[in-house]
This record gives sequence, structure tokens and C-alpha cells, in this order.
Amino acid sequence: MTEEPLKKTPLNAVEHELGGKMIDFGGWELPVQFTGIIDEHNAVRTHAGLFDVSHMGEILVKGAEALTLLQRATCNDVSKLEDGRAQYNGLLYPTAGFVDDILIYRMAANDYFIVANAANSDKDFEWLRDCAKGMEVDVTNASNEYAQLALQGPDAEKILQPLTDVNLSAMKYYRFATANVDGAKAIVSRTGYTGEDGFEIYVAPSDGPRIFRKLVETGKVVPCGLGARDTLRLEAKMALYGNDIDHSTTPLEADLGWIVKLEKGDFMGRDVLEREKSEGPKRKLVGFEMVDRGIARHGYPIVDGKEEIGVVTSGTHSPTLKKAIGLAYLPLDKSAPGTQFSVLNRGKETRARAVPTPFYKRK
Amino acid sequence: MTPEDSRYAKSHEYVHVEGDVGTIGITDYAQKELGDVVFVELPKVGTQLELGDELGSIESVKAVSELFTPVSGEVVEVNEALAEKPELVNTDPYGDGWMIRIKLATPEEVDELMDAEEYEEYIEKEAGK
Repeated sequence: MTEEPLKKTPLNAVEHELGGKMIDFGGWELPVQFTGIIDEHNAVRTHAGLFDVSHMGEILVKGAEALTLLQRATCNDVSKLEDGRAQYNGLLYPTAGFVDDILIYRMAANDYFIVANAANSDKDFEWLRDCAKGMEVDVTNASNEYAQLALQGPDAEKILQPLTDVNLSAMKYYRFATANVDGAKAIVSRTGYTGEDGFEIYVAPSDGPRIFRKLVETGKVVPCGLGARDTLRLEAKMALYGNDIDHSTTPLEADLGWIVKLEKGDFMGRDVLEREKSEGPKRKLVGFEMVDRGIARHGYPIVDGKEEIGVVTSGTHSPTLKKAIGLAYLPLDKSAPGTQFSVLNRGKETRARAVPTPFYKRK
Repeated sequence: MTPEDSRYAKSHEYVHVEGDVGTIGITDYAQKELGDVVFVELPKVGTQLELGDELGSIESVKAVSELFTPVSGEVVEVNEALAEKPELVNTDPYGDGWMIRIKLATPEEVDELMDAEEYEEYIEKEAGK
């Protein structure tokens, strides 16, 4: 039991009304499901689902040295961003471990909007503010100023279009626009955490419930909870901070080499990543499926004979593939697809096999 | 609604007795707490179980839970349909979603379990925690 009362998002009352099964998610009261994880998961893969992700943090970085700060604190190349483009990036410690994985939106030159994981938003803010000391840049924690909705699924575009003045069909993946959504000032981006097409919508907290209701009332959108968010993101092999990545894992170990741009100049953790890149990381985040029955869950050990060789970071039943899938850090020589190993499932050895990832890719 | 003709354990299994055989499954409250069930692991016919023994486990998308037998005896039948259709536990927990049948070794154990009214009071308290 936590001492502090749970934090509530601007959509809390709507979620209760819609029958959300509420849980404590890192100090936030959020729905784990409405009707059921599998139904909600399938709705997103085939039509559309709507998530409240208002617990996510928003940090504003503005000023003459905004780009300099972000280039120094992250591993992806922020200078490649243009106005109206978003980028997935790693905020790193000097050890090359993750402070957080984030999205960076370039609003204008010297004006960036950062989306952080809920549990990390205060830490990220303090970290960036400390990194910015002596620089000509303002770092602001604006997490309480936004409700965030994620409308995900192949039908997302045609459902959202009547509510907004921005031409969504012209918006490519990882682009965004400041727009009007149901009369409210919003940021709309073609991004998401489900492996499906879709949009994330940032509005003032007071506008969130109305837009959420309006989307659900179209009858074409299923409200979804954290349970489906987890099965969807895992099928798409999108990392979850605190499970698959944290302060002790580097982007190269996490198989996120595509966000490591060594050639962009110096940044936090660059020397570690350069060494890892030339020598090869000692371990890698590997996708696997269960051969035997059972679901490998976060924290289950992976063994090869008597030796413990790794640990499961995420695992679930994949509603799309209808089998048990998971991610684990494994030594490089055990990471090739087809490699067999065992997961210790409550003391019992159950066989698993490394497979190519993502587990699911949209057509 | 909680069926009046069954008895209930604090760990949310029910036992429905007919003659000297008890049919065991999990309650509607338990299946709702678990969410979508994807595997049920059950003992083999012939297994001898003592009161409180682990009789198997149940995996939902969200979590895994152990199942405990609310009565002692020999397993005389196992619901084979759950291997193919584990979702029966969600859709019909007191009917087609039953798990095992046990030949009661100590029928008095059933009297120690909660009746429907007591169980409903019990889950009300659990939910209010």
C-alpha cells in the first residue's frame, strides 16, 4: 500500500464512467482494461483503439543553445530534425545507460517539446536542467499542462479527420502539426506505441475528457487500457523503460543501434558506445517465443544447462500470434534466431527459442 | 451471481458437490480479476490431493496464479476442453469452465468453506481494500 494518494489524469472520471478496471501504475490510477486485454488488443490491430497516456511527461527545451544541450544529452542526431518532425531518442548517462527513452518534437529552431516516460519525467527534467547549467537554454517541466490521447489502429486517420483541421493523409510517420482538434489547440503527431498506424494528441487537461468521449462516441473506437498497450508494444518490440531498458543498459545492448549516431560529435556515453560498437556488446536484447507451455514473465531467469545466462525483461501471451513471446538480455553467442535455451518458470525449466523481431510488423 | 449450490474458498475456488464428487473451478470474481485466461495447467486423473495442495496454475495475459484445492481426494476427471479453450474459464466459470472433479476423501471439509452469501461478503471486503 502506498502512503500517497494515487495521481489521476484529466481522463480519470471518464475512465471510471466507461467501466475501466483501475490499477496503481507507478503511482497513477489508470485503467488496465475496459472489456478485456485481448479484445482491446485486437481492436487496435484491426480497427482502432483509444488510450489515455496523460501520465506521460512533457518537457520544454527552449533557447539559443537548445540544440547544443539535446545533442550533448542524447545519442540520436537531433540536428537532423526539421520543424514538424519527431524523433525517438535516448537520454543517456555518461555510462551510456538510459536516463530515459524519449520523443523529441522540433516545434521551431531553438524550441523542442520532449515526451518522457511517466515515472521518469521528474528525473529527466532535473537531469536536463543540471546538464543545461551555464547554457543559454530554458528547461521547463510542463507535464501537468497536457492531457495525452493515443488513437491507434488502421482506422485512426479516418476517425480523427472529421475532428481536426489538419490534413492527416498528408502527415507521414513521425511528423506532427499544431492543429485544432474539436475546437481545442492541440499537437497531433503520427506516432504511437502499438506497432500500428495512429496518432498521439496533446491538448490542455480541460479539453481531454471531451475529445476522449467524442472519439468513443463515434462507435468506431474501443477504449483501451494499459494491458493492451503492453501486449501491443511488445509484439512490435518497442522497449519499455524499467523492464527492457534502464540505467544499466545501453542502446546498443538494447538492439537500438539505429538511434546511436556516433558521427554527430561528442555526447554523454559516446566513448562507451564507440568501444561497444567496435568490440560488440557483451549482451543483446533478444526476442524469443516459448516452445513449452507457459508465459515467461519479467524477471524469470534464463538458463543454459546449469548456468544462468540471462533474464527475461518482458513476456506475455501475444494475442496476434497466439503464442507466448518475450524479450531477454542474452550473451551474443546465444542471440541468433533459432538458438534454444530454457526459461525458469517458477522453478521449472521450460524451453524457448530465439526468433527474429519485431514479432509483429504491420503490412 | 454467486451460485447458492456451491461452497467457496478464500483463494477463490468453488466446489460444487454431487454425491461424493466435488467439481472445482474458480469463481466469477476470480476470473474477472485475472482477465483473459490463456492457459490452465491441471493435474492428471488419479492424482491424490490434500486440502490446500496446489492443484495447478492459471495464466492470464496479465499474470499467473496458483490454484489450490479446497477439498482432499482423488482427481477423477479433468476438463480437457480447457486445453483448447481456456477462455471458457472467463465466459462460463461455473459451467463449462470447470477444472477438475475430485472424489471427496473428507466430505466434512466442505462444511468449513463459505456459502454464497459469506463469499459475497468476503469479496466485497477484498475489493474494498
